[in-house]
Amino acid sequence: MSERRIIRNISIGDLARYKLPVPGVLSILHRISGALMFLVLPLLLWLFDLSLRSELGFGHLRSLAANALVRLVLVGLAWALLHHLCAGVRYLTLDLDLGVERQAARRSAWIAFAVSGLLSAWAALAIFGVL
Amino acid sequence: MPIGPRRLVVGAHYGLRDWIVQRGTAVVLVIYLVLLAVMVAAARPIDYDAWASIFVPIGMKIATLIAFVSLAYHAWIGMRDIWMDYVRPTGIRLVLQLATILWLAGCLVWAVQILWKV
Repeated sequence: MSERRIIRNISIGDLARYKLPVPGVLSILHRISGALMFLVLPLLLWLFDLSLRSELGFGHLRSLAANALVRLVLVGLAWALLHHLCAGVRYLTLDLDLGVERQAARRSAWIAFAVSGLLSAWAALAIFGVL
Repeated sequence: MPIGPRRLVVGAHYGLRDWIVQRGTAVVLVIYLVLLAVMVAAARPIDYDAWASIFVPIGMKIATLIAFVSLAYHAWIGMRDIWMDYVRPTGIRLVLQLATILWLAGCLVWAVQILWKV
C-alpha cells in the first residue's frame, strides 16, 4: 500500500488539492446531470409539445435545430441524459453487490465514462447532421 | 440515532421505500427509452407523420405516461436528496422541496395535455 494522506473534515482550502477518485467524479456528474435535466424539464416538454402539435410546429422545431448554438445545447442535454443513464446502470449493478471492490468499482466507472462518451459523440454527430 | 435492532418504531420509512422506488423507476425509464429508441429507429426517416403516429396508439400513450410519472417520482427523490445534502436550514429546505413537488406536478399535467392532443 502506498502512503496516503488522511484527510478528515476538509476545509474549503483543501478542496483544490483533494483528488476525487474516478467513481467520485462519475457520482458528482451523475448528480449534476440529474439536477440539470430537472431544471430544463419544462424546456424539454415545450420541445416535445412543439414536435407533436402540428406539421408546422415540427417544421419550426427543425428550423430551430438548424442553429449551431441550439445544436450545442442539444448535445449538452444528450450528454446529461446518457451520462446519467450509464452511471445509473452502474449503480444498479452495485446495488446487486456486483463489482463493489475498489479495483472493480474504478474499472466500471471508467467503462461508464467510456460508454456514455461514445454514445454522446454519436449523438453529437447525429445532431450536427454528420451521420 | 438508534438504528439496527435497537431502532425506534416511529412509523417513519427510514428512506427504504424511496430508495427502492428510485431504483424501480430507473428501470422503468431505461425500458421505456429502449422501447422508444426501437420505435423511432423503425419509423425512420422521421418526419412529422412518422413521429406523431408513434404516440397515437393508446398503449404508447399509457407507456409514455407511466414513464413520465416514473420520471417525476425519480426526480423528486433525487432532488430531495440534493436539498437534504446541501441545504441545512429547515425552512429553506422545505420551501425548496415544496417548489420541487409543484415544479414536477406542473410538468406532469403538461405532459398529459401534450400526449392526449396527438
